[in-house]
Amino acid sequence: MAKKLTIEFSEEQAMMLDTATAFCSEKSPVAKVRALLETDAGFDAEIWSEIAGLGWQGLAIPEEFGGSGLGLAELVPIIEPMGRHLMASPLVPTTLAAQALITAGTAEQKQRWLPLISAGSAIGTLGLNESHGDWDLTNLICEASIADGQIILTGEKYFVADAAVADFILVSVRLDGNPALVLLDRAAIEQGSLTREVIIDETRRCYRFDLTGISVAASCLLDVEKTMASLDLITRASWLLLSAEIAGGIAGVMDVMIEYLTTRKQFGRYIGAYQALKHPMAEILCQYEYSRSQLYYAASIFDTDKEAEIALRMSKAQGSDTFAHAGDRAIQFHGGFGFTYECDAQLYLRRANWCQYQYGDAHHHRRKLADLLL
Amino acid sequence: MSESEAELDRFREEVKQWFEKNTPPPPDFILPDSFMEVGTDAQFHYLRDWQQKVYQAGYLGMSWPAEYGGGGKPLMHQNIVDAEMARLKVPFMINTIGLNWAGPLILHSGTEEQKQAYIKKILSAEEIWCQGFSEPDHGSDLGNAQTRAVKDGDEYIINGSKIWTSLGDYAAHMILLARTDPDAKSKHAGLSFFLSPMRSPGIETRPIKKLTGEYGFCQTFFNDARIPADCLIGKEGEGWQVAMTTLAFERGAVGGQAGGQSSIAIEVAEVVELARHVQREGTPAIEDPLVRDQLVQFLMEERSLRLNFARIRVPALTSERPMSIPMSGKLMASEFRRRLCRFAVSLQGSNANLYMGDDDVIDRGRWQRSYFNAFSATIGGGTSQIQKNILGERVLGLPKD
Repeated sequence: MAKKLTIEFSEEQAMMLDTATAFCSEKSPVAKVRALLETDAGFDAEIWSEIAGLGWQGLAIPEEFGGSGLGLAELVPIIEPMGRHLMASPLVPTTLAAQALITAGTAEQKQRWLPLISAGSAIGTLGLNESHGDWDLTNLICEASIADGQIILTGEKYFVADAAVADFILVSVRLDGNPALVLLDRAAIEQGSLTREVIIDETRRCYRFDLTGISVAASCLLDVEKTMASLDLITRASWLLLSAEIAGGIAGVMDVMIEYLTTRKQFGRYIGAYQALKHPMAEILCQYEYSRSQLYYAASIFDTDKEAEIALRMSKAQGSDTFAHAGDRAIQFHGGFGFTYECDAQLYLRRANWCQYQYGDAHHHRRKLADLLL
Repeated sequence: MSESEAELDRFREEVKQWFEKNTPPPPDFILPDSFMEVGTDAQFHYLRDWQQKVYQAGYLGMSWPAEYGGGGKPLMHQNIVDAEMARLKVPFMINTIGLNWAGPLILHSGTEEQKQAYIKKILSAEEIWCQGFSEPDHGSDLGNAQTRAVKDGDEYIINGSKIWTSLGDYAAHMILLARTDPDAKSKHAGLSFFLSPMRSPGIETRPIKKLTGEYGFCQTFFNDARIPADCLIGKEGEGWQVAMTTLAFERGAVGGQAGGQSSIAIEVAEVVELARHVQREGTPAIEDPLVRDQLVQFLMEERSLRLNFARIRVPALTSERPMSIPMSGKLMASEFRRRLCRFAVSLQGSNANLYMGDDDVIDRGRWQRSYFNAFSATIGGGTSQIQKNILGERVLGLPKD
């Protein structure tokens, strides 16, 4: 039998979970979520500064750069309730951009950006996806060449989160045949190079970023030697934080379903009394518990190398499928109302779809797990 | 008093060595997979001797009070022993109903006399226990039990019938749910709970042949059987509450069990091995992408079950629905096992149609048998469908059916 599996969760993390749960539930009621759908930024700047007051942007940034110096997994109990309440913020892209800088940024890049991020004064994001839709971040069409101390970029990045409000964007490109990361600050982002994408999850903002014609100083390049390690960390961190968002999302969509099942009557009975709805609801509960257990285990061992990949892929695969299924059933269980835009179930179904197809869907991860485990 | 990791490690090593040295060699007959499947005298004696030996070594009921025959030690010790027994895949403890359901119930709700009378012999397997809950006409609807118990002086007279009595023909005692007041306000209020003797005039058992073709269950008949009035546990009319307490022990929803495994765990790793040895289109089945995907899903599920139990040790991560994991454990584990065994059968290609007893059947037919037997857990102790009602109503707060 395999070795013992334990889930580590400290008192501090428990307090963080309580704080974040209360914060997200209070600040992100569904009316607010819906109001933000109509806005350009997609999130509330006031909430973003309150988040800064709570120190969440700097949680996983070393103390020397003004952060709290904690591990990335400490964000899990924050991102989970944000997912439950569909709270919009650029916290995840900013966190990932900060992690990329921590692993591969030059001393100067770190010094310039990390303290600003810690203080909540800068938003960072990443441009890693491309037109082919491949989850392999090293499959790069975008290119860079260096001439006369300038980096010249070509190609288009897809799904650049919150790019319109970002103070800097890290983009991945192929340089001399190898992946490289380039930091582009606001001044380098040309007018008209960002086009807002129409995406399935309307609580988010993503942009297509046309790199062609951009040229910046070579000092904008991140350490080429550390780029692969950085991409690997970004990938793993994305799996973890997406899994957290997913676990929260499942809880959120279950809230919507249970509310309806206990208040809607048909044929003289609350519909939740019918086993045709009750049993699948119980099954979703069980799969949710699995998802959450996988999530917090992956968080517990995030910093270990070999086992973490297995745990993270399992967490992403389990959560993605459960969320997609729960979102799908949420529509069906609402009957005719479920078919309308007004029903909140669609917010979660769209979110579930988004999460499934970011950083590998369940099938992709199981295929990778097969090679790791069999 | 908590012991150091080093002390516990030493203890674990000692336990490991004991089991490595004392576990009997596999018999020349096929052993059952669980206590619910004991069908021959040879199996029974082999397993009872084994439990006796484990108890005498001090490895059973370690956390039960010493005054009744337990070890009086911290639960951690029993947990270590249980983990080692599972890891080494030693034969299971035959007296599971006594160890994990009746015993904890007696310690929780029994009188001093009952504790003195029963606990030690449960541990030593000197007295086997069986359970009389289900009746032929209402399997999962325990509250509707119709077996009658009528008080007559210092005795109760029992009439009726119980079904699915595992170990019924070997048991000395039964935990029995019977109706003492047919006119009670609610059907539940008319029930009482007894620690009934089995070898008593008027009590008869008839073995039931299972879908596997083996024996393993009985139907138990009570015809004017007289049992002493002090067999009652709890008060008259409290039978339903006592039964619910027992089911909580049975489902592992609360602690207090004596320990020991009640069945042979089937691990996905064994099915992975099977997939390496059977063929698909001239190559090992394990190279088939769809087989691989299935195996990974089972591995994930196996780990999820274990991780759920790791998570219930972290109250901050289960506080919203604390009973969710405990109350879904039986459902998820039993359904997992059923599907896993069915998949193992499917891997065998046309040999999936061979059965126990054939010379060429793969692994002595254990997968075919385990698949059929897996239904005992998806049906027994409240069917999976009933479990989903319970989860829906008690954990999610959905309206009653």
